Amino acid sequence: MKFIHIFLIVINILNFNLLKADEIKSENEIAKNLRCLICQGQSVHDSDSEFAISLKLVINEKIQQGMSEEEIYSFLKMKYGEWILYDPVFNRNTYFLWLLPILIFLAGGAIIIKKFYYKK
Amino acid sequence: MKSKFIPLIFILIFIITFVIFYKGLKNPNIYTPSTNLEKEVPPFELKSFENDSIIISEKIFKNNDYYLMNIWASWCIPCKVEHEFLMKLKNNEKIKLIGLNYKDNFKNASSFLNDLGNPYDLIVSDRDGTASIEWGAYGVPESFLIYQSKIIKRFIGPINNEDLLEIQKLIR
Repeated sequence: MKFIHIFLIVINILNFNLLKADEIKSENEIAKNLRCLICQGQSVHDSDSEFAISLKLVINEKIQQGMSEEEIYSFLKMKYGEWILYDPVFNRNTYFLWLLPILIFLAGGAIIIKKFYYKK
Repeated sequence: MKSKFIPLIFILIFIITFVIFYKGLKNPNIYTPSTNLEKEVPPFELKSFENDSIIISEKIFKNNDYYLMNIWASWCIPCKVEHEFLMKLKNNEKIKLIGLNYKDNFKNASSFLNDLGNPYDLIVSDRDGTASIEWGAYGVPESFLIYQSKIIKRFIGPINNEDLLEIQKLIR
């Protein structure tokens, strides 16, 4: 009987650990995708500035409130603009950025095909 | 065919690189928020600076008054610079100054106010900086001019004489 008791307690503690780890992981993941606005070239996750520390607290708070990752991004986008997100949104200003790799890929393909075609 | 193709690619790569650098290097890489946004005041529930009573934003910003929400801290040097202008604004009856004490401790902040004077009608304290995030602020000092529960103008950095004149013009 005692054994079962202890067993149950251990299982419970382990489960709570998992829950906590999950939260920390998603908080870090979100913070990594955010640009620290006052420190150049650093993410919020990497930075220890006052702004970043507060922002991490806010992210934590929002996770506790049950907001999803996407909701937190859009909340911060509303407050600080698109600049805070590392992942640039597809719009008129970023067409070039997103399409350039595809264009280069196609051009490379064209060169290869052309070479084979001319060899034959 | 080959001899024509290769120089063409080189020229193309050169042009693309040139355009990217020409455009990219010109852009300032610093975050510059827009200062002229008509946004609703973000609701908050914060502790008062003097005691631990809780202050709700809806009760502060009544409709037909102008408010200047000023984020400050005693450890922030530019806040000392802007302080004299806030003191000048204090004499204006049309505007109320709300201070948001950012990541500060009570002792330092109150000696700051004792030394330089207290321009604020009300001070709320933001110990962990989370309320400032709700306001879209990213540093101290920062000020928001509020009218009818809307932010009509935002001042980033210390308020100077020009800003003071602008505020006085807007609230006339």
